[in-house]
Amino acid sequence: MEATGLSLVTVVLFLPLVGLTILLFLNEETQLNNIKWTTLGTSLATFAASLVMWASFDNSIPGLQMVQRWDFIPTYGVSYYVGVDGLSLLLVILTTFIMPLAILASFRTEVLHERGRQKLYYMFLLLLEWAMIGVFVAQDLVVFYIFWEVSLIPMYFLIGIWGAENRVYAAVKFFLYTMAGSLLMLLAVLFVGGSAGTFAVPEIIAGIQAGSIVFPFSDLFSTQSALFLGFFIAFAIKVPIWPLHSWLPDAHVQAPTAGSVILAGVLLKMGTYGIVRFCLPMFPEASVAWAPIIAVLAVIGIIYGGWVSYAQNDVKKLVAYSSVSHLGFVVLGIFALNAAGIQGGILQMVNHGISTGGLFLVVGMLYERRHTKELSNFGGIWLALPAFSAISLVIVLSSMGLPGLNGFIGEFTILLGTLNSNILGFFYALAATLGVILAAIYLLRMFQIVYMGPLDKDENKNLPRLHWQELAVLIPILVAIIWVGLQPAPFFATMDSSVNQLVIDMGASVPTIVQTLP
Amino acid sequence: MESYALLAPLVILFPAIGAFINLFFGARMTERWVAGVAIGAAVLSFLVTVLLFSGLSANPGGVIVNPPFFDGWLTIPSAGIDFSWQLRVDTLSVAMLLFITGVGSLIHIYAVGYMHGDPRFHRFFTYLNMFLAFMVVLVTGNNFLMMFVGWEGVGLCSFLLIGFWFDRTRGVGWRNSNAARKAMIVNRIGDFGLLMAMFMIFGTFGTLDYFTPGEIANVELVEEHAAEEHGEEAPGAAGTEGEGEGEGEGAAGEGTIVLVQGEGEAGGEGAEGEGEEGEGGHGHEESAVVYTNNDHIPTEFLGVFGQTERMLEEGHEVQWGPVRLPIQDALILITLFIVIGVTGKSAQIPLLVWLPDAMAGPTPVSALIHAATMVTAGVYLMVRSNVFFYEAELTSFIVTLIGVGTALVGGFIALGQWDIKRVLAYSTVSQLGFMVAAVGIGAYSAAMFHLITHAFFKALLFLGSGSVIHAMEHGHAHGAHHNGHADDHADAHADQDAHTDHADDEDFDPQDMRNMGGLRARMPITYWTYIFGTLALAGIFPFAGFWSKDEILADSWIAGLTAGGLTSLGGFIALVGLLIAAGFTAFYMWRQIIMVFHGQPRTDAARNAPESVRTMTYPLIVLAACSLLIGFINVPDIFLFNSIFIPHELTHWLENSVLHAHAAEFQLLIAMLALGLAVGAIVLASRIYGERPLIEGEGAEEGTLQDPLVEIPRVGRPWGLAHARLYIDEIYYRLVERPFNVTARFLADVIDWQFLHDYFHDVVIVRGFNGIGQLLARPVDLGIIDGAVNGVGVVARWLGGLLKPIQTGYVRTYAITLLLGVVIVIIVLLLPLIQNGG
Repeated sequence: MEATGLSLVTVVLFLPLVGLTILLFLNEETQLNNIKWTTLGTSLATFAASLVMWASFDNSIPGLQMVQRWDFIPTYGVSYYVGVDGLSLLLVILTTFIMPLAILASFRTEVLHERGRQKLYYMFLLLLEWAMIGVFVAQDLVVFYIFWEVSLIPMYFLIGIWGAENRVYAAVKFFLYTMAGSLLMLLAVLFVGGSAGTFAVPEIIAGIQAGSIVFPFSDLFSTQSALFLGFFIAFAIKVPIWPLHSWLPDAHVQAPTAGSVILAGVLLKMGTYGIVRFCLPMFPEASVAWAPIIAVLAVIGIIYGGWVSYAQNDVKKLVAYSSVSHLGFVVLGIFALNAAGIQGGILQMVNHGISTGGLFLVVGMLYERRHTKELSNFGGIWLALPAFSAISLVIVLSSMGLPGLNGFIGEFTILLGTLNSNILGFFYALAATLGVILAAIYLLRMFQIVYMGPLDKDENKNLPRLHWQELAVLIPILVAIIWVGLQPAPFFATMDSSVNQLVIDMGASVPTIVQTLP
Repeated sequence: MESYALLAPLVILFPAIGAFINLFFGARMTERWVAGVAIGAAVLSFLVTVLLFSGLSANPGGVIVNPPFFDGWLTIPSAGIDFSWQLRVDTLSVAMLLFITGVGSLIHIYAVGYMHGDPRFHRFFTYLNMFLAFMVVLVTGNNFLMMFVGWEGVGLCSFLLIGFWFDRTRGVGWRNSNAARKAMIVNRIGDFGLLMAMFMIFGTFGTLDYFTPGEIANVELVEEHAAEEHGEEAPGAAGTEGEGEGEGEGAAGEGTIVLVQGEGEAGGEGAEGEGEEGEGGHGHEESAVVYTNNDHIPTEFLGVFGQTERMLEEGHEVQWGPVRLPIQDALILITLFIVIGVTGKSAQIPLLVWLPDAMAGPTPVSALIHAATMVTAGVYLMVRSNVFFYEAELTSFIVTLIGVGTALVGGFIALGQWDIKRVLAYSTVSQLGFMVAAVGIGAYSAAMFHLITHAFFKALLFLGSGSVIHAMEHGHAHGAHHNGHADDHADAHADQDAHTDHADDEDFDPQDMRNMGGLRARMPITYWTYIFGTLALAGIFPFAGFWSKDEILADSWIAGLTAGGLTSLGGFIALVGLLIAAGFTAFYMWRQIIMVFHGQPRTDAARNAPESVRTMTYPLIVLAACSLLIGFINVPDIFLFNSIFIPHELTHWLENSVLHAHAAEFQLLIAMLALGLAVGAIVLASRIYGERPLIEGEGAEEGTLQDPLVEIPRVGRPWGLAHARLYIDEIYYRLVERPFNVTARFLADVIDWQFLHDYFHDVVIVRGFNGIGQLLARPVDLGIIDGAVNGVGVVARWLGGLLKPIQTGYVRTYAITLLLGVVIVIIVLLLPLIQNGG
């Protein structure tokens, strides 16, 4: 059903741009505080609006809700078409949840004072928020593509202007890799839109269900597979799926704290979200055919990412590689192609955003105090900063997948889905579950070296305690970690009917994935 | 309505609240208050458990409690997943709870004296309370997932407490935190198995619940009772059908209790034909016998164990994704993976390496977590899953081998240790092997019996060793004073209470038994309680260990004679292996007694060691009494004892929830043999060590004290092996740790950085892009988009200007790619126009 006035989705989407407009009229020299608080206020308002959206969301409807559609280029079937369903709602909320934290964390980031241009910085953050929300709510392929590309630009500058020593290399690399994928996706978008006569995804999917739109499929390299890969490779680079991850450590290590948080927290999920939103329903046969191969890559990523992470001596790099491992779980869950796997995958996107975002925040706070990311420069931090260390421990444990915290719920559901998937099964689950061991190995190494041991380095002895703003950044992360860990049911309820519909639709095209519950 | 069961969540809640109070306010409270809160929480938890126990005595069938505010958990309707926070109060979980909270409370009290003066006193008690809460979750959870929350939670507390003194200088802090990390990682390897097992269990049964509210845990027992009751009062069976509406409404909702049996609400949800199953026993509140079984409940509404029985009858075939296999094979796989988890948590071969290192934690922790409670979780889990293990003969055989092997290895290594706590640690490993072996031969009740008795006497021994260590530290400080190091005294004394850094004084190790001797006179209470613990552990009549160890041996013998097949073989292996291990046990314990308490003091520290304070000795006395008496909860049916005690009481208690629990008939011959061996070993030890507990080393060991065993031909070399701990750590380092590290380096440096990050990037990505970029940037006629590109160029220049101050040598690449990006956006918008000729 289409709203007559402004849909809530449109409101959430454009609130950041409203804030951005206000920023334009503020003077950087004289009104820096106003700039900061306006940005934070905007992101908080967006978060509040997204919560209202969640509250008014009807869990029982599998299709899109709060839809808004205006013709954009009617002749060619391009329209401003936005809405949320169970697949995207939680990711929108993740975005609006992470952004205020990233913004608040920026207030105390020294590099901003050194490099200046703070107004531009906050404008980029709001622009980024707009683009990211746009990616998650767009239902038109062209609109989606525009948001996808636009989201690149602010991140490119965030890394390139406010990053660490090697920032330009990292920014360019980030741009190059993503662009490489985008080119392929662009071709696929044009082909799909051209042959379907519309760029509206729900209409394309309905057409596929009805048999009026057919992307011929015969094997791993037919038309449908080529289109599938066009989308998939773009998404895979973004995720990143092994072996396309080599831009990630650079981008993370060089980006300022907020950049890393947003990158890990939200941007990477655009890839995994894209797979669920576009690849699976539009190309079901190709998805099933490619699932085992992609799942193997995902499992390699889980183990490889963890193993490489273990060998890192730079805290940020360590966390960056852990993302490769964690997102391997997400991809694995998605390609289990059953309700448990996909829902676990979506929840794990949220969880990873919370925990890894949290880890980058923690690392950022350590960096502000010590101006180093070298593991060996720390030691005994637990004695110097007890409260901060306790919070860090919870975040580390959440990332490790300790039951009772959020990470476990996602991983458990994914692996449960994997073992019982008709496409994957026992050995995939077995190999991926080994990744759970690795997570403990690399994260505990980090925790031990940084936080435990004697406090024998003089530079570590007089670190300033947590500022209330830092506490305000960490507490919401902590609450989210525990909440999702103890009561994930509302999150699953939000996505259940949409995912179920997706699985049913795919099962109609590819009966082999249909499962009978034990 | 069994209202007592509503209290069950409190057993978790009290310690959880205690932990929270100490976590947030402990730093600002005095030691007295911190300790008061923590002990109060533990004791309250124990009292509630006692209430549960008495409630359950009246109606031993067990209940399932949905805690208020926590009725759901992981629910995914379309995937058929519905795991909730449910507490299972039955005879097995309450038996565990009783000693967990009971011994736990005593150790809390003891720790007040032991940890006195530690700057992180409140942290210690926070963790201790947290541990109790998780341990209770572990044993009361009604599904594998909730059990797993406790399982990992206690692992976390173990990590925190092993590494509690992570801040010690001179490498000790790193050693402690290494031990903590090792414990957590090794346990994670076990958890991997447990996770896989859970995935398979869900794939098989569609649930992880042990039991459902309407279900009766032990059908066989109920049938047996029904038969008995039938004989006595025939009409009873019909019951009072009239009231049996039992719609099973009780299953859902906050704070409701669902009776497994008993009054009107039984029946259970989804049960068909409620009317006729007869909610009998209504008129006999005290009898608690229900004349029914689970036949009326459809398979999908049963818990995993009920379903197992049903599936075995039906010859069900299991499907996990693409895999199909018969239920028997599925059970073997499931149990094998459970065993991986068990070997981790209960320190069995091959994952036993973490437990000895875990002694780096404060001694009360060793007593509570690494002896009495947490490490027995694996045994609890197998007993809980006895239905699986009973049906998986192959797994059971492997479990027997693991248990016997571990009992022997642990006992053997304990012979060659100098560290008072390390001896006990390996002894714990060995005793856990006894329990695991018992599960392997199907003696579930005997395993539980030994688990419970062991909890008491091993906690006693650890606390006793803690008392000794504490005294040695004091004695050392005192001795330093006497020897004229007056200026050291103030420091040393201030340090001792806080157990600061043993390594601060590298010459002296208060845990090394070579430094002790003659403590009997100085510490009479510790000595006598230690003797009690030793006799119990050695299995001397009539101490607790005698009864429980004998039950395992008797069961092995019976299994060997009667079971047939692999189980028979397992029975004989267990009998022989465990008898030898029992001999080791008595020997190394008596060696310890002599080295620590008898003879002459060998250092000033030992000469000056004072008896510990009352908060420490009183728990010792209580535990010593328990070590003597606790065995009588399950005495065999033999002359004299059967008239004083109820024979096999524990077994009968457990029978209500453990389907395959059974009592072993007393085997006099075996008992005499075991007792003879133990006494013989003690006599032998006192002859060897009694004359001269230590000898001067020769050759390379010149100047050090050596064990007299090295002098005895053909014993010296094996003793060296035991002393070197069979090189297990070295083997692990060579085979696992080093290859893992080398591979990690290689992957990170060569594969990831040199190849993927640099080479692949430079050669494929950058060159490819520059090629395309130049192609597009060439002044070819792009027709209508020319103007657009120009416009874009302006924008790009503006954006590029922003970057100017920070540009390096990447200008060209960057400019081209940026242009490219924007061009693509424009193309998307304009391509349709081009296609249609403008």
